[in-house]
Amino acid sequence: MTERASAGFPAQISDEEELLPQLVAHLREHRTRLRQEWATRIQGAHLLQAMTPQEMAAETTSVYDNYVEVLETGSVEALQRYARNLSERIIPRGVETQEVVGIVLLLRDVLARSLFEKYQRDFPLLNRVLDAYEPAANRIANTVAVSFVDERERVIRQQQDSIRELSTPVLPVRERLLILPIIGVLDAERARQLTEQLLSGIRTHRAKVVVVDITGVPDVDEAVANHLVQTVDASRLMGASVIITGLSPEIAQTLVTIGVDLSKMDTIGDLQGGLEEAERHLGYAVTRTEGPGGP
Amino acid sequence: MTAGPRLFSILRQGPYLIASIHTALDDSQLVRFQEDLIDQIGRYRARGVVIDVAALDVLDSFASRMLRDIGEMARLRGAATVVVGIQPDVAFTMVRLGMDTGSVATALDLEEGLSSLERLMNASPGRRT
Repeated sequence: MTERASAGFPAQISDEEELLPQLVAHLREHRTRLRQEWATRIQGAHLLQAMTPQEMAAETTSVYDNYVEVLETGSVEALQRYARNLSERIIPRGVETQEVVGIVLLLRDVLARSLFEKYQRDFPLLNRVLDAYEPAANRIANTVAVSFVDERERVIRQQQDSIRELSTPVLPVRERLLILPIIGVLDAERARQLTEQLLSGIRTHRAKVVVVDITGVPDVDEAVANHLVQTVDASRLMGASVIITGLSPEIAQTLVTIGVDLSKMDTIGDLQGGLEEAERHLGYAVTRTEGPGGP
Repeated sequence: MTAGPRLFSILRQGPYLIASIHTALDDSQLVRFQEDLIDQIGRYRARGVVIDVAALDVLDSFASRMLRDIGEMARLRGAATVVVGIQPDVAFTMVRLGMDTGSVATALDLEEGLSSLERLMNASPGRRT
């Protein structure tokens, strides 16, 4: 990339490896002024407003130093480590993607402007300095943006996993009787999860009856309703019967209106009724003993 | 067609036959399984058959039709059939693909299958189904 600028120019500065240390030295030398200018521009652009001025000063200093260091070494690992580190610190503070990309691009511009000032008298040299600087700076901006998005996605995935684990517990209440209380919106992914947990729960607990309580489910669509019916059928293949309890009026209406075949589904009004039915099915008789615990 | 080692076993247990499939059977082995089982129901005057498919992680449409047919044939020969040990993944795949075991009963495992046959026998002690 330095070919076109090399004609008629002193040979001691001939490529990126020699130019970069020079401009890194320049950026180190004017660190305080450039960092201040950058911070001012960040404030001018109304970025990072979630941070206090002290935090801003600390963050910008460390980001600046790391930026220059990465420019200097140019190693991909250092760059990725830097970007990951930045994302990890900055995401919990509620910083948005465009803000992170924004401040990195601002820093790039501030530094480019200072290089321009320094070399403006020698236009061919400026050209080559920018040739060396721009790809490195763009690589940093690019990696930071990608890593920031990756980090956010990682956090989201982690949260999804924990929500999913929490959301479909399989609880043995008596020998061979399980209950599955479902709370919250039942989408296709969760319905799949539910099936998996239910069927493997039947196997591990040797269940004969499973009560699925959907009192906490606000609504279902046709796909999820059909999925439920299939789950009930699959449970039957494994020798267990499923009782669905707590169908809300809305869900009952939806199911009948969209015409899901519910003839094979065993439904009972509420969880209490479902448990009583399941106990009858398994031959349990629950009686109250008279005594201090009685009424 | 009937060459090679058997990949299934058919054992007598009182008035019942316990047929275990040890590994995935191809179609010709399934046919052999069907023939052997139906033959032995008559020979041993079995009143019930438990087919254990716990070792299978795939049940294709041919196999599930075969199970259904075995159930019908066994009924005609005077024995009730229970299929046991269908794995969770297999169960859900069967339902999604619209396959089922028809009128054949299913149970969780061998023990369950035998006790459900027992219940059937007690419910109709005079008949051989």
